[in-house]
Amino acid sequence: MLSTLLSQIVNGLVTGALIGLIALGYTMVYGIIQLINFAHGEIFMIGSYGGLAMFTYLLPTAIQNQWYFALPLLLIAGAAVSVGVAVLMERFAYRPLRNAPRLAPLITALGVSVALQEAVRVFYPGATAALPFPKAFVEGTWEIPVPGGTVPLRWTGLLIIVVALVLTFALNTFVNNSRMGRAMRATSQDRDVARLMGIDPDRVIVLTFVLGAALAGVAGVLNGVDLGFTNIDLGFQNGIFAFTAAVLGGIGSIKGAVAGGFAIGLVKALGGQYLPGGTAYDYVWIFVVLIAVLVFRPQGFFGETERVRA
Amino acid sequence: MTRRRTIITAAILAGTLGLTACGTNREEGEGEGGGGTTAGACDTSKGTLIIGMVAPLSGGLSALGLGMRNSAQLAVDQANEACKVPGYELAFQAEDDQANPQVAGQAATKLASDENVVGVIGTLNSSTSQTVQPILKQEGIVQVSPANTGPALTLGENYATAPARPFDNYFRVSTTDLVQGPFAANYLVETAGKKAIAVIDDGKTYGANLAEQFAQQAQKKGAQIVAREKVGERDTDFSGVITTIRALNPDAVYYGGEYPVAGPLSAQLAAAGLNIPLMGGDGIVDATYVSLGGRPGDLATSVGAPAESLPSAKQFLDDYAAKNFTEEYSTYGALTYDATNVVIEALAKALANGDYSAERRADIVAAVQETNLQGASGEISFDEFGDTTNKVLTVYQVEGDSFAPVEGSTGAFEG
Repeated sequence: MLSTLLSQIVNGLVTGALIGLIALGYTMVYGIIQLINFAHGEIFMIGSYGGLAMFTYLLPTAIQNQWYFALPLLLIAGAAVSVGVAVLMERFAYRPLRNAPRLAPLITALGVSVALQEAVRVFYPGATAALPFPKAFVEGTWEIPVPGGTVPLRWTGLLIIVVALVLTFALNTFVNNSRMGRAMRATSQDRDVARLMGIDPDRVIVLTFVLGAALAGVAGVLNGVDLGFTNIDLGFQNGIFAFTAAVLGGIGSIKGAVAGGFAIGLVKALGGQYLPGGTAYDYVWIFVVLIAVLVFRPQGFFGETERVRA
Repeated sequence: MTRRRTIITAAILAGTLGLTACGTNREEGEGEGGGGTTAGACDTSKGTLIIGMVAPLSGGLSALGLGMRNSAQLAVDQANEACKVPGYELAFQAEDDQANPQVAGQAATKLASDENVVGVIGTLNSSTSQTVQPILKQEGIVQVSPANTGPALTLGENYATAPARPFDNYFRVSTTDLVQGPFAANYLVETAGKKAIAVIDDGKTYGANLAEQFAQQAQKKGAQIVAREKVGERDTDFSGVITTIRALNPDAVYYGGEYPVAGPLSAQLAAAGLNIPLMGGDGIVDATYVSLGGRPGDLATSVGAPAESLPSAKQFLDDYAAKNFTEEYSTYGALTYDATNVVIEALAKALANGDYSAERRADIVAAVQETNLQGASGEISFDEFGDTTNKVLTVYQVEGDSFAPVEGSTGAFEG
């Protein structure tokens, strides 16, 4: 049925946009210091708690009820908390290991991930279980009429898609056209030569973490608004998918991260509907596609083949 | 000068702390010393015995688990005040299983390694009980669950054809899904008049089984099961499943699983334009279900009669309120209180002729089997499989921000 097919495509796009937003953080950090920052999923999760804290403890009731005031404030709070945690994480967990063998920061990232999750569990009031998240956007559904039925699209879902596309476009423009973006690209190509050209790699690396974390924080708040709750284990799950999306799209590539996100969202939605096993196996298809892509195109959709360093 | 002042301040602080500590000690000492003569205090000369608990005290299901912990604590405290077990003081030790079978296994092992553990209350999930049962069996420790509903726990894997009790030290005061699923089906099909039902479960022992029992009975009653879907217990986005069932025009959804999934699922059904009620089992009966997205009109069944309606539960509710626990007693409060009292009664009976040692655990199991107790949830006794003979269930409906019992729905399942 057409309406079912289109509905699943819409579902896939919403999921994909969210995953793409998180995947950008993985891909940028990898691009610049070749670190798979497994704690990035937790940055996403912490962003949602940042937004929630803003709403619960700082916003007066009058503003809480007006989503067009509340939502931007929640997004700013989520992004700010995520950025703060990411900067501390970079400074104290990763920078001391900048020249260590690659395995050391990778293991550290896993440790940071567990530490952040447990820290929220212990210190955020009530975070031992899922917490309700304010529905700070237009509630309800846009019923798009199509031949033979309607396609429901949550307004919050539409919001996620639009925000993801706008932010990706902005990020792409920044990296390709700004002076700082050029410094980022130079550092990712060769940190030592970039330093010779007068670029401070530490500043560039911090900036990379800041950008990735801001996007993840925004994604965390949007996800909370869409779901109506948040939970400490959301970061781990979505982090795994986002990491997969980044690999699928070609790790290091901004376009690739978003394309990978949409690919994963669509495979999950359509695989759950049309492939054998139904929704119980939708995650399986994601990884089947990942393996297939890695076999035939190991660098992913948009990735460059690994440069050999002298 | 400033420095000296700091030192003096520190010294005074330290002194104050030290004095406070002394004071506390002295008070405790007096309390113990006067214990023999104060009216109401008990003879605890033979030592301390431990009643253990394995339940989810953290994680998604902690609202249920913490209610269980507090209710058991209440029963133990009351037993100590009333000198229920002469010569012994009872201690209560709750272990967190995070609703995870592996963690539950560790918790059970920890309790089983302690000679002084006389019985274990729990678990909440049927899947966690599967790992706890054999561990406690090795040490012969009695286990009484207030919440497990999976039939295989008492009737064995072939519960439908050849029931055989796998563990003679395992009992439960809740009825099973063999009763709960069909009871829900009767209500949803006959009373609520739903004829096209989509059935979803989370694939865990509890959820899959409950959904299966529900589906069988619903079909028997003439309803059509339009879809049979599965979701992950950690999923948050159910748009895929919802789109699938939306095309099949169901007039109700039955979900086998617990509220962390059921709440968001209900909210997302409505968001996708499916304004049909979601029904579930005892695993969704908690106010958290509503805060996570459950809608007014959603239904659930739960074991036993609603505590608020039972005269026998009045005392429990008052006592629970008097303790000022931070958490609600939740769905299993009264049943947990009863389960704990079952163990305490059995312990008192078993120790009436002789002191406790680990070898006496068999006597405790035998005494539990013989239980005949007027509990907060009603009359409690066990059949030859360790199941409760009290098979009463109740339908609940979301009203406002929590579940309320549906008037006149309490009853036993009859075919």
